[in-house]
Amino acid sequence: MHVIRKAILAAACTAALAVAATPGFAQTTLRAVMHSDLKILDPIWTTAYIVRNHGYMIYDTLLAQDEKGAVKPQMVEKYDVSADGKTYTFTLRDGLLWHDGKPVTAEDCIPSIKRWAAKDAMGQKMMSFVDAIDMVDAKTFTIKLKEPTGLVLLGLSKPSSNVPFMMPKRVAETDPNKQIDDFTGSGPFVFVKDEWKPGDKTVYVKFDKYKPRSEPPSGMSGGKVAKVDRVEWRAISDAQQAINALSKGEIDLVEQPSHDLLGTLKKDPGVDVIVSPLAKAQYVFRPNHLHKPFDNPKIRQALWYAFNQEDFLMATIGDENYIKPCKALFICDTPFGSTAGTDAILTSNFKKAQELLKEAGYDGTPVVLMHSTDLKVLTNLAPVAKSLMEKAGFKVDMQSMDWQTLVARRTKKDAPDAGGWNAFLTAWVTADVMNPVSTGYLNSACEKALFGWPCDPQMEKLRDDFARETDPGKQKAIAEAVQARNIEITAEIPVGEYVSPIAMRKNVKGLVTAPAPVFWNLEIAK
Amino acid sequence: MYGYLFRRLLGTIPVMLVVAVFIFLMLRLTPSDPAAIIAGDNANAEQVAKIRGQLGLDRPMIEQFVIWSGKVLTGDFGESFFFKKTVASLIGERIEPTLSLAFFTILIAVLVAVPLGVLAAHRHGSWVDRIVMGFSVLGFSVPVFVIGYLLIYLFAVYLNWLPVQGYQRISEGIGGWVQRLILPSVTLSVIYIALIARMTRTSLLEVLSEDYIRTARAKGQIERKVLFRHALRNAAVPIVTVIGLGIALLIGGVVVTESVFTIPGLGRLTVDAVLARDYPTIQAVILLFSFVYVMINLAVDMMYTLLDPRIRY
Repeated sequence: MHVIRKAILAAACTAALAVAATPGFAQTTLRAVMHSDLKILDPIWTTAYIVRNHGYMIYDTLLAQDEKGAVKPQMVEKYDVSADGKTYTFTLRDGLLWHDGKPVTAEDCIPSIKRWAAKDAMGQKMMSFVDAIDMVDAKTFTIKLKEPTGLVLLGLSKPSSNVPFMMPKRVAETDPNKQIDDFTGSGPFVFVKDEWKPGDKTVYVKFDKYKPRSEPPSGMSGGKVAKVDRVEWRAISDAQQAINALSKGEIDLVEQPSHDLLGTLKKDPGVDVIVSPLAKAQYVFRPNHLHKPFDNPKIRQALWYAFNQEDFLMATIGDENYIKPCKALFICDTPFGSTAGTDAILTSNFKKAQELLKEAGYDGTPVVLMHSTDLKVLTNLAPVAKSLMEKAGFKVDMQSMDWQTLVARRTKKDAPDAGGWNAFLTAWVTADVMNPVSTGYLNSACEKALFGWPCDPQMEKLRDDFARETDPGKQKAIAEAVQARNIEITAEIPVGEYVSPIAMRKNVKGLVTAPAPVFWNLEIAK
Repeated sequence: MYGYLFRRLLGTIPVMLVVAVFIFLMLRLTPSDPAAIIAGDNANAEQVAKIRGQLGLDRPMIEQFVIWSGKVLTGDFGESFFFKKTVASLIGERIEPTLSLAFFTILIAVLVAVPLGVLAAHRHGSWVDRIVMGFSVLGFSVPVFVIGYLLIYLFAVYLNWLPVQGYQRISEGIGGWVQRLILPSVTLSVIYIALIARMTRTSLLEVLSEDYIRTARAKGQIERKVLFRHALRNAAVPIVTVIGLGIALLIGGVVVTESVFTIPGLGRLTVDAVLARDYPTIQAVILLFSFVYVMINLAVDMMYTLLDPRIRY
């Protein structure tokens, strides 16, 4: 018995000592639950959004777009464009440092741009115009073009995956198809690799030597001032538990609380639910152009008349406060967003859809519609599509699977009855689909296009025209022509926009309105 | 007995081999592609193919199996497709939370269930017996995650006594370690309490009707001694079997519990790996679980000889 008593006493003493030994420093730590756990650390190697968000923590960009989509200098002090539009000269700001204390130079930026451009679709397009990228001095480099293009500024300020993050030369020279293993950046936070425990937490600490711009933060541009000492991304996969932890103050921020839990959160006096107008996403229907029945453009046309956006949005989000029916391909309220030519479509005009199917000679070939069942924000899309398509006269074979199986299957070009597919639905964050070049599903280069493989030289020409154009007014006109062409060929169908609010403890202030979640300017009020 | 032990240990080799082949084939035959997952939504077919090549997934299946099994034999479980860490280090990081959770769960289960079972047997047919058996049915029937959410609501959200989620390592303080393990352990132990209490009661009732129990009572032994010294010891073999099975079944239980309570243990590692189709991690974790399962069964068999000297191998 004495032994047991002694053991209990020893345990109690140890516990007391452990509590007493807790450091008393006044370090501010912001604990956040992101939409996914961070598993991969190279934001150029993958397009996953969580890796992009990680990139914004530790890296910086040469240019950035503000909350209105205007391109602003970020790491660069200034950029000049020659009179013929063929030479861009970039001059870096003074005082930029890598996390290891070495200065950021043009010598670092050149391979960073090249590595990004080797992986990113917009970067590849931009590089097709580039003649040479040359270093002038430690702070200056030039991009010389074969012919003028608006893609240099749009590309280098691209806000979403892949973002052209700057890395030290030794890192940027890594083969683009291999992952980097050195995570030295020049952004406002430093990645603490030793504390990174996938499935548990990811830790960043403030980079004391970061030199923010003097302008206020706006979108991805402006002063990136780290106002907390430490940021921890906690991996809480259970949506309800994330909300419970936020309500109790065990965490400070939930990036994407489940829409059906927002009602509960709004009643919590300790929590703010903030709708960031730029944190939007667009649902899209993607047909496969390779196989019957969607190898026939007229049959694809019928889809535009069968669908309406409200049904999709209410079935998935279910709250009018967070949805926006919007027929603009390039997102409403953005520089290239336009609803021109969309009055007659997406109104569930089943009669018109049936007429088109009849004219096209639709023979009742079933549409293999892939239905992802495990991502709540996508789960109800396919059943709605099935219902609307059947009302229009399609025969639909909806096949349910988890998202990762769908991701694997959509890469298959086989016939639908041999493991292939005809259609699926997904969502894009709006930052990815705001112009004809960055919108991946508009790539209509046949074999080289993304899964779905649309093949349309006219669309490719329009996208090239957009890439060549530097005048914003003319770019908008081309974007409208791309939208009209998309309605003709049905590379994709936008079926509605929605916002994902951020939930934060009331004492967390300073959220920047941006297309990706950023942690600069956030502070914890005492 | 040592010969038996040796033969049993030898017998684990074909078992592990079958598990290895089975899990390898299962993963390769399911319609999924880790390369497509890693590449992300904006990647085209060419980029996905490059990643597939880097992961070695473009090689013939037999070649992949030979490479993997050859490495496993040397103790190398490979590198996770996603985490850029060796699978062994990932398991090393995750083993403490799972062992802690399993330890507390079994401790609570045994400490609560055995006395409850004894009490129910002793008061056979009374309201105490009925309450214990009622609880037992409830414990079997209610899913772990439902119990978890109810306990979280009551003790963490409503009463604010305990944290909602998370795990604290022992090295960061025993107080926090225990505090964060209470809710998940109690949650997970409910089903084992139900199982062990019922088995204890049944087994004890059988023993209590034996002649030597009547003899013990006749010679004036106090009831406590009759129950715990004579009856319980002789009823121990099936109880130990159930506890052993319970430990093995914990492997399934921790997957759900660790997910609900955000405990970064092997259960969550398994779930994350399955969702991401991280083949090397899934294969290693399943092999580990299978090995633990086999060893627990062996340990239970060995325990029989200690509890009942009549049992010989």
